[in-house]
Amino acid sequence: MNSVERTDVLVVGTGFGGAITAYHLAAGGARVVMLERGPWLATEEFEHDFKLGSSYTRIFDFVVGDGMSVLGGNCVGGGSVVYFAAMPRAPRFVFERRGSIARRMWPAAISRDTLDPWYDRVAESIPITRQDWQDVSYAGGLWAAACQHAGRTANPVPAAVDTAKCTNCNWMMAGCRFEAKQSLLLNYLPAALAHGAEVRPLHEVQSISRTEDGDYRVHYQLVDGEDYRVTTGSGTIEAKIIVLAAGAAATPVILQRSEAALGPMPHAVGRYFSGNGERLNTAVLNEDRVRDLLGLDRGDGLAYAANQIGKGPTVANWDRLDGSLPEYSRYSLEQLYFPPGLGTILALTAGAEPTWFGVDKKEMLERWRSWLIIFQMIEDDNEGVFGPPPERGNADRLSQQMLGIGRLSYKPTANTLAAWAMADADVKDILERDGLATVSPWTNDLVGAYTVHPLASCRIGDDPHTSALDDRHELRGHPGIFVTDGSAVPGALTVNPAMTISALAERAVPGIVKAARERGVEVTYGAPAPDGSTSGRRGTAALATALLR
Amino acid sequence: MRPYTPDDHQTRTTLEAFADTIIPGEKRSPDDRAVAGAATGGGAVAAGAIELLEWDATGITDGLDDFARGLNEHAAAHAAERGAALDETVPPFVALPFADRTALVRRLTAPGHPEKALWVSLALFCNMAYDSAAHMHTADAIAAGHPGLTAMGVTAPDADGLWRFPAYSYGRPLADLHPDTTSTGSPA
Repeated sequence: MNSVERTDVLVVGTGFGGAITAYHLAAGGARVVMLERGPWLATEEFEHDFKLGSSYTRIFDFVVGDGMSVLGGNCVGGGSVVYFAAMPRAPRFVFERRGSIARRMWPAAISRDTLDPWYDRVAESIPITRQDWQDVSYAGGLWAAACQHAGRTANPVPAAVDTAKCTNCNWMMAGCRFEAKQSLLLNYLPAALAHGAEVRPLHEVQSISRTEDGDYRVHYQLVDGEDYRVTTGSGTIEAKIIVLAAGAAATPVILQRSEAALGPMPHAVGRYFSGNGERLNTAVLNEDRVRDLLGLDRGDGLAYAANQIGKGPTVANWDRLDGSLPEYSRYSLEQLYFPPGLGTILALTAGAEPTWFGVDKKEMLERWRSWLIIFQMIEDDNEGVFGPPPERGNADRLSQQMLGIGRLSYKPTANTLAAWAMADADVKDILERDGLATVSPWTNDLVGAYTVHPLASCRIGDDPHTSALDDRHELRGHPGIFVTDGSAVPGALTVNPAMTISALAERAVPGIVKAARERGVEVTYGAPAPDGSTSGRRGTAALATALLR
Repeated sequence: MRPYTPDDHQTRTTLEAFADTIIPGEKRSPDDRAVAGAATGGGAVAAGAIELLEWDATGITDGLDDFARGLNEHAAAHAAERGAALDETVPPFVALPFADRTALVRRLTAPGHPEKALWVSLALFCNMAYDSAAHMHTADAIAAGHPGLTAMGVTAPDADGLWRFPAYSYGRPLADLHPDTTSTGSPA
């Protein structure tokens, strides 16, 4: 067969940026094909198992870089399947950040006020629970009580979790077996499919080129379903519009690899990467102190000893999210669970000679049930830069799944290092007070810093020199290519970014519809939420009209 | 998994000694040379580090002989630097006292060492054998008394192999909320 496959809109990636745009475009009448490098798992395939080859290693990727390693989704549903479902909105001051460029990083068109209606649209589409203290895990409760003891506040974190279905198994990174986590597999993606969008798993997009008639041609390779080091074929699809949403660790790599065919990329492609300022601390609690100082008791003779129990982050300290404080001194401190496998090796022992291995580390592991992990999200300096792309994908894959070596280089600036040090000291102050715990940060010496929220590697902005995308997410100099994933977010958010990535993707849709219509695609804007709700659409009507012009 | 053959003996004992440096354990027998006996209870070796390393899913199986050879070269150089004579009946890394194994691993995995990435990846899988038994189904590992998961206190799943924790919350307010919290529960 010699026929060329064509579609109206080709979406690369099925996470937040891909699923949200694909839904709206398909609902509006466009032919939409989504290519996803990872597998497509059904709910019953999400396993509670650390064995290599289980869902835990099939659906996310750990890409080691020089100075920064990135954890990202690798499956249909992307990050929404593997994440911890924390969905806070970014604080107001974030949109005024200047970061490393000495002027406002965000486009003038976007502020918390103008983004709030788009946040509302997301909240209508992905059920988000404003968690109550009854929903808070032991670990979250412990963090709250420690914050209170230190004169701080603490908040249950809004989460895309149906708490009635949640079993607090803490296997969220392996995919939710109980359909409690409201991943995209339960809302935007089935709605996109119902409107005719196609999802093709194990299709890894490598590059984009131009067709003779001015459309785009996307080049992909087929990935083996068990051993991702192996490819089993290749192909191309032509489309009038490309939506790139492969994740902030992959989208810029695809564009870099496309430069030979498409011509020069904007300077900011593959630059200004942010790890969302993330860093982890491990506290080992003194159980007697937990009981005596904080008055905590599980009712079964234990004060805490509940590291294994819960649903990821449930409580955060937001005292430093204060817009009157100087940049690089604002951060949140969020209780988190990190499963074994990757969640212990980087933890350092406390004491004069911290170490990540050996006798002392083994003793620390024996107290694993009394661990409390605190996740810092500071303002970093967008210091990540991608080197030349690897042969395929965004990494040289080492293991059959999960582990690869990427090309990201991240050398933290003095601003970032000082912010981490400030947050480290704050966590210590809260948790080591009165002998409650010993606290150590994770080491950055083994795999560099570590992020689960890669951002900004192909960002929106008003300044063409420091942003790859205009304020409608269109790639500068390459009309018809849009980027809607975390790489579009200009910088660190000081909170978990999924809600902001999603709101920006919702906001990008009218502009994509406009571009598609200009290329002769019969598509309209204005679909309701995936479940048919319409109040979010009403809230964004005026903003959408402006973006459609 | 690749079958163990006697030809692999040097490689195997060297890798065991490395794994035992990452998560130390007690000697399996009085004449155990690879496991130094620096800690009580099973360590990475008893947890199955070699089984995991020998599984090609890790991506490092083909390089194990090179890992062992490299470790032994570094160990010989390390001993020579200190003017220490090594027992020649075992591979040089195995012959190193535990403190020297530790010092050498610290050096090989320190920022700036040209082979750092290799040794970190080897250590990663040794650690993973202990903290998550990545070569076994987790429920089976717990049922079999896997040393790492048992020592860490990882609880067993329900009969269907899934974990559920019906008791999970202190169930009461434990801190004042931030004064600027919005109606959606987000920061302002």
